[in-house]
Amino acid sequence: MPHPTIPLEGAQFLKAETVGLAEPRGFKALGESAERSAKHTAEIAATIPHWQEWREAANQIKSYAIANLDKLLVEFERNVTARGATVLWAADAHEANQYILDLVKEHNVKTIVKSKSMVSEEMELNHALEAVGARPVETDLGEYLVQLARQRPTHIVTPALHLSAADVGRLFQDKLKEPFSAEHQHLTNVARRHLREDFIIADMGISGCNFAMADTGTICVVENEGNAGLSTSAPPIHVVLMGVEKVIPGIQYLPVFLNLLGRSGTGQKLTTYTHLFHGPPPGRKMVVILLDNGRTNVLKDPAARMALFCIRCGACLNACPVYRRTGGWAYGWVYPGPIGAVLTPHLIGLDKAGKLPFASSLCGACGEACPVRIDIPHQLVHMRHRAVNEPSPMNSPMERLTWAVWAWWFSGPKRYRLAMAMVKLGIRMAKILPWHPGKLGAWTRGRELPRVPGGPAFRDWWRRNGAQMKPTSQTEPITHP
Amino acid sequence: MTGPQHHSPPHWDYPQYEPGEPVALFIPCYIDQFYPRVAEATARLLIDQGVPVVYPEEQTCCGQPAFNSGYWEESRRVIRHFCDVFAGYRYIVCPSGSCTAMCRVFFAHVDPDERIVGVGRRVFELTEFLVEILGVADTGATFPHKVTMHSGCHGRRELGLLEQPLKLLKNVRGIEYRELPNIEECCGFGGTFSVKMPGTSLAMGQTKAANILKSGADVVCSVDISCLMHVHGILQRDPAMKHIRAMHIAEVLAAKGNGQ
Ligand code: SF4
Repeated sequence: MPHPTIPLEGAQFLKAETVGLAEPRGFKALGESAERSAKHTAEIAATIPHWQEWREAANQIKSYAIANLDKLLVEFERNVTARGATVLWAADAHEANQYILDLVKEHNVKTIVKSKSMVSEEMELNHALEAVGARPVETDLGEYLVQLARQRPTHIVTPALHLSAADVGRLFQDKLKEPFSAEHQHLTNVARRHLREDFIIADMGISGCNFAMADTGTICVVENEGNAGLSTSAPPIHVVLMGVEKVIPGIQYLPVFLNLLGRSGTGQKLTTYTHLFHGPPPGRKMVVILLDNGRTNVLKDPAARMALFCIRCGACLNACPVYRRTGGWAYGWVYPGPIGAVLTPHLIGLDKAGKLPFASSLCGACGEACPVRIDIPHQLVHMRHRAVNEPSPMNSPMERLTWAVWAWWFSGPKRYRLAMAMVKLGIRMAKILPWHPGKLGAWTRGRELPRVPGGPAFRDWWRRNGAQMKPTSQTEPITHP
Repeated sequence: MTGPQHHSPPHWDYPQYEPGEPVALFIPCYIDQFYPRVAEATARLLIDQGVPVVYPEEQTCCGQPAFNSGYWEESRRVIRHFCDVFAGYRYIVCPSGSCTAMCRVFFAHVDPDERIVGVGRRVFELTEFLVEILGVADTGATFPHKVTMHSGCHGRRELGLLEQPLKLLKNVRGIEYRELPNIEECCGFGGTFSVKMPGTSLAMGQTKAANILKSGADVVCSVDISCLMHVHGILQRDPAMKHIRAMHIAEVLAAKGNGQ
């Protein structure tokens, strides 16, 4: 466990990075696990003949849902209310926290069991609850570990991806006073034993929401450990935290998402449990909190719509070569990886997270992996364009000037020649110098500079030889090995 | 891989290539200046197929570096120049998957002007042009070496470029083709990415270099020499990898067995 809790103060990606070394944060195990998951997902997807059609269908359903968000949310509210739930609209994290704190007070809640919810991470709900003396308990195993270690998730689906079994053994030894073990089953049993008591005494359960069906008022939560089932059914109050983008028009559209989500998230055909909640059971209370928290910012930027299609499967994180090497904390906020690099600037502002879209080589592995076909690489360049033009740490008059000069040089052949001659001279000189400053030093720390050829550039060579180039005679004998 | 998605394949609705019709070469700036032999091999390959080659001398760059950095307005200026230079050609061939993707896919993002998009759509990557437009399967090359191929991400994911170069490569006489483990992972070059995030870029490149070594090849080739500039820079730093040569695929496909 190399890192303490990282405060939520916006993305610091590139700042840390420029002083980074070859293996930026030593997350070798995390990278390998992510890569294994990506391969696993790809293999299982390859067995589905209609995988591409499913992705397209999911994309179109989301496209419709996001375009009609206003109507669908109201329809959902009407239908879920008719089933006995209470709906609360929260413009931001503070408002959402306040709703929960009010409930805590009203019902004298002491212990809260939580199943996995990234929205609650956005809200920093646990801090808010602890501040009023309530005790939130994460019950998803990964979240539980991260909470015990007082860290943040490194991954949106597998939050403790960075912890090895031995790390967990030490953690349990330290925090739970359990004898050390690095044996998976044993560790799971320890966690289960500790959690079981909390399920029994909890006064409130909090879950996320994977999909909300407008037509039936159904809430769908998927999971693998059974903890969401217990969190939502054992305590007398069930609070659902839901980002406004989670609504889909109808229950008939659910299966395609379930098929995609399990396979893309963990390489399963279907998650172990799929819960469909239709309002609270008799005598119980169900509260649905609809959270905006920056999501509607995306709607103001038509080119960015797709960022709201995300079903939080984590496939783009696993596929991303940058994420594999930096881990999730490097992204500085709740959502890491390629989708985090796109979404975070929308949610918390380019002024805070403007560097994130640059944390990518634009290799496109994310777009290829995304089950709802979000055009993530193109979203990244779109957000880069915004980041250099709007208030953000990437908006630099100096860099703009550099590119303006570059554009002038490269929009005329004479100027181009001059610029290239200077670049070549620069590289020749750099090869002699023992030490390189700044960006150049960053390049040569681990790589040789390219060789500068002594002969003419192609354009000069062509001028002399181009016209004389004749086809090699096809009858000419080819020297076989 | 879960399969291609944003592919922008050659536009089949586009008028067929007429034998004897001249093709314009677009030679990206780094090839023009640092790898002129790659451009020469590109011209050679086309001319050997009986294709008349024109090299518009006013050309400079496709605008990609500024585009990827978010400076679309500056990029647009260079793109407009590109389109002025190449407006008169129906087929433009470029020995780079990445620059071809810039033209064919990303011009439309920067400048939706029909003329700009139209010119961009007429740009073809070299191996794609040879295989899909000319129907070439064998360039008649001889290259008796152990060779592996790095597949540049832009070419593969934006243009669907993988089978075309492999097909030509595997038909080279004397070649011993070696699979590259984990071929789908990015090499970490990414243009300005390599200077904006040098640590991560290097870590990615080192993984790529290690996989190239694992392949057992003596030569690594690619449709993108820019990736190889970065990867070769890393190979050269390691005594165990120093012997591995980096070549553009055009040089391999034009080789006549003299080992060059
Ligand atoms: S962007 Fe796509 S791949 Fe990434 S988490 Fe969201 S749904 Fe999954």
